[in-house]
Amino acid sequence: MAFTDKDLQVMDSIINRYPRKRSAIMPLLHYAQSRDGFITSDGIETIAKKLDLETAEVSAVATFYTQYKRKPVGEYHVGVCTNTLCAVMGGDEIFAGLKDHLGIENDGVTADGKVSLEHIECNAACDFAPVVMANWEFYDNQTVQSAKDLVDSMRAGKPKAPTRGPDVLQNWKETSAVLAGINDGHANEGVQAGAPTLLGLNISKKGARG
Amino acid sequence: MTQLTPVLSAHWDEKDSFTIAGYKRHGGYDAAAKALKMEPDAVIQLVKDSGLRGRGGAGFPTGMKWGFIPQGDNKDHYLVVNADESEPGTCKDMPLLLANPHVLIEGCIIASYAIRAKYAFIYIRGEVTHVVRRVQQAIDDAYAAGHLGKNIFGSGVDLELVLHVGAGAYICGEETALLDSLEGFRGQPRLRPPFPAIAGLYARPTVVNNVESIASVPAIIAHGAEWFSSMGTEKSKGMTLYSLSGHVTNPGQFEAPLGITLRELLEISGGVRAGHQLKFWTPGGSSTPIFTSAHLDTPLDYEGVSAAGSMLGTKALQIFDETTCIVRAVLRWTEFYKHESCGKCTPCREGTWWLVQILRDLESGKGSEADLEKLLDLCDNIMGRSFCALGDGATSPITSSINYFREEYIAHLTHGGCPLDPHAATVFASAKAGV
Repeated sequence: MAFTDKDLQVMDSIINRYPRKRSAIMPLLHYAQSRDGFITSDGIETIAKKLDLETAEVSAVATFYTQYKRKPVGEYHVGVCTNTLCAVMGGDEIFAGLKDHLGIENDGVTADGKVSLEHIECNAACDFAPVVMANWEFYDNQTVQSAKDLVDSMRAGKPKAPTRGPDVLQNWKETSAVLAGINDGHANEGVQAGAPTLLGLNISKKGARG
Repeated sequence: MTQLTPVLSAHWDEKDSFTIAGYKRHGGYDAAAKALKMEPDAVIQLVKDSGLRGRGGAGFPTGMKWGFIPQGDNKDHYLVVNADESEPGTCKDMPLLLANPHVLIEGCIIASYAIRAKYAFIYIRGEVTHVVRRVQQAIDDAYAAGHLGKNIFGSGVDLELVLHVGAGAYICGEETALLDSLEGFRGQPRLRPPFPAIAGLYARPTVVNNVESIASVPAIIAHGAEWFSSMGTEKSKGMTLYSLSGHVTNPGQFEAPLGITLRELLEISGGVRAGHQLKFWTPGGSSTPIFTSAHLDTPLDYEGVSAAGSMLGTKALQIFDETTCIVRAVLRWTEFYKHESCGKCTPCREGTWWLVQILRDLESGKGSEADLEKLLDLCDNIMGRSFCALGDGATSPITSSINYFREEYIAHLTHGGCPLDPHAATVFASAKAGV
């Protein structure tokens, strides 16, 4: 998909955030991903032109970071944390269950293009283990069954809402635009904190009341 | 018994804690207005006097770091907040930013003023969409309120604050790799010296601080250095967030004075999950050597943990009970380091690869006892031989676990594989048993 004039204007506004324009390369890659769904050669060339770089320089950056995808992912990209703590707490069983349920392997995409699957590293939500992410939104305290229900809801076109996130799960391209620094207006949705986040505070308050 | 001391987390239970209105209800941005009426050097001195040390792992005194920035050098200075929280087990900064992004912005205003920076960046990991939204909205609202941009608080001071979203590379939590990434390159560490204070972002004097460090500053300005240093221990001052996760009855965030012990935190929170015993734990993420039940009374401050042979790190207390296989746990962490090694330095790039192969053999019962010595030898050749601490961190779980659990490694060889049932370690197993 070619970048429109409006896309190019957005890219200029991203570049203008920074004192030196090369710093804009990462948000521009997120933005290119929001238009094409993954990093295409068109995206690389457009960014290179905008930043006065060689395409090889942009590719070098794009291929270093795992969030930039070099082939299409699903409308909903599901990550199961299998770093030690989540794996031990049930992440390994959830990941195996989802592979079996969806009939795809790590980095696979379902034939309908709805769901892709990836095992991910620690996502800073260990007190909510086992953790599943979808389009990088938190789905806390998952079980094998709840994770299967989640991907089923995605394939049915009505994805369940994140535990700590927006009211409606945004699709992959919409999410990539947020990561490019474009405010989508959903920041005020969802809880301010999950129960484990508040545990120490609540215990302290109870103690203070005697 | 040490009491919890919610300061950063004091108002997280209010539904609108993340909004500018919710923040201002409790005096939000008053500390920035106060700081901007002080001399910048006086702000630095106040933070020095408070004893605040870096909450991202290394524990370097924050005020001293600010004091290293050369003044009157006619160069641009930068503040960069490290919000790349990716160390396995670490889960404090993301809930903080989800619940109260404005406290970080206020900290950025104060810190930037102190070091005379007109540009500040928050480098946040990319895998947390809703946290990104909250911080972006908070920045937008702070601009609208005149707290960022030109002539903030009518003081004549200018400050631009930019949220920069990463893209899934653990190494970018290392401060010099972060700077390379922020400059638009692959995130690979730089050789130090020069340190960022002299040649950081764009080779200009730069302060890189963790989220929690900067978020602690507004309270220090508001309540004073003495108030802050009245909490904690002799050399580890103030309150901090301890994150309890894993095989505990109630995982979560606990804000307490530095120096609290795991025994106390377990007593406060409800203990190890019912019917099980503590086997091993990390004091500060997977890169800190593991502890066992012998360390329940170790004061969790910088000196106490260090004296016991580990590091306070990020205060990420990952608790594992007797159902957890130590070899499986260590292998998984090692696979993480292998995946995340940026590839710049040979000992780390090649060494982590070798470590994984040997550990895989050991886990499946195919190795030999001599492999344990080989692992230790490899660790010896990785430790301290690379630009950054990623490789060092990779050796921590291995050397410490062989120290405490050598018999369990050997049991895999005599048993022809893992003697433990991985299902018994899951949360589902305990739910079924009804405990």
